[in-house]
Amino acid sequence: MRESTIMKIHYATALAAVVLVAVHVLLRITMMSFTDSLQYEHVLANYKYIPYAAMLEVILILLSVHGFNGLRVILLELKQGKSYEKAVSYGCVAAMIGLVAYGSRTILLASMGVT
Amino acid sequence: MKRSENREGIKGMANPGRYGIERFAYWLMRITGLGLLAYLIGHVYETSNIVNGKSAWENMLSLTQTTEGHVFLTLVIGMCVFHTANGIRVMLGHGGYGIGKPARPDYPYTPASQSNIHKLCIYASIGVAALAMMYGLSVLFGE
Repeated sequence: MRESTIMKIHYATALAAVVLVAVHVLLRITMMSFTDSLQYEHVLANYKYIPYAAMLEVILILLSVHGFNGLRVILLELKQGKSYEKAVSYGCVAAMIGLVAYGSRTILLASMGVT
Repeated sequence: MKRSENREGIKGMANPGRYGIERFAYWLMRITGLGLLAYLIGHVYETSNIVNGKSAWENMLSLTQTTEGHVFLTLVIGMCVFHTANGIRVMLGHGGYGIGKPARPDYPYTPASQSNIHKLCIYASIGVAALAMMYGLSVLFGE
């Protein structure tokens, strides 16, 4: 993929994540006190509410793509070379997939009530 | 001097004092980005404890909902707000906003790209991050 396309994805994921993370944080502190919002029952109820769980999944994907692409950019600024660049790019994609898979497992199990 | 001796690597990248506030913003953007990625990974792991039952969740909360945990969360708020505000500035700059028009380089060779608007935005980003941290402290410790 062209670097210009990757940067457009980087910026689009950033803007989308800003909006959704703001909603996620505001729901934590406006509906009830921050401590109460972390109670087991409340957190589980959040996961069982499908629109909220879907939003968490979207946030997870957006932040993983943005975060690991950012890491890739930083690592490519430090050192260049064909094999190094390939290793960094594939490594970041693998880590991104791993994080999305692990986070999705939590969202899926919690939303189905498997605890 | 050999080429390898001239290569500063991470030390050169992390030197915030050489090129003014723009360089400092570049450095801070990367540090906050790495910090936020580390937090994201930790947060995904932390929240995964919900599937292990109530006691596992409460054990995790007893580790994170402490004074140190709240101070750490306040730092995360600051990093997040600075990264967002400075990121929007960088995006606008890449889009050509606030960087001046291209012109023939004449004495005293003032770079049009290093405008006061962008410098002001960097200071504003730091200021907004500090305010967000203060608000975060009041929410986390004010209960």
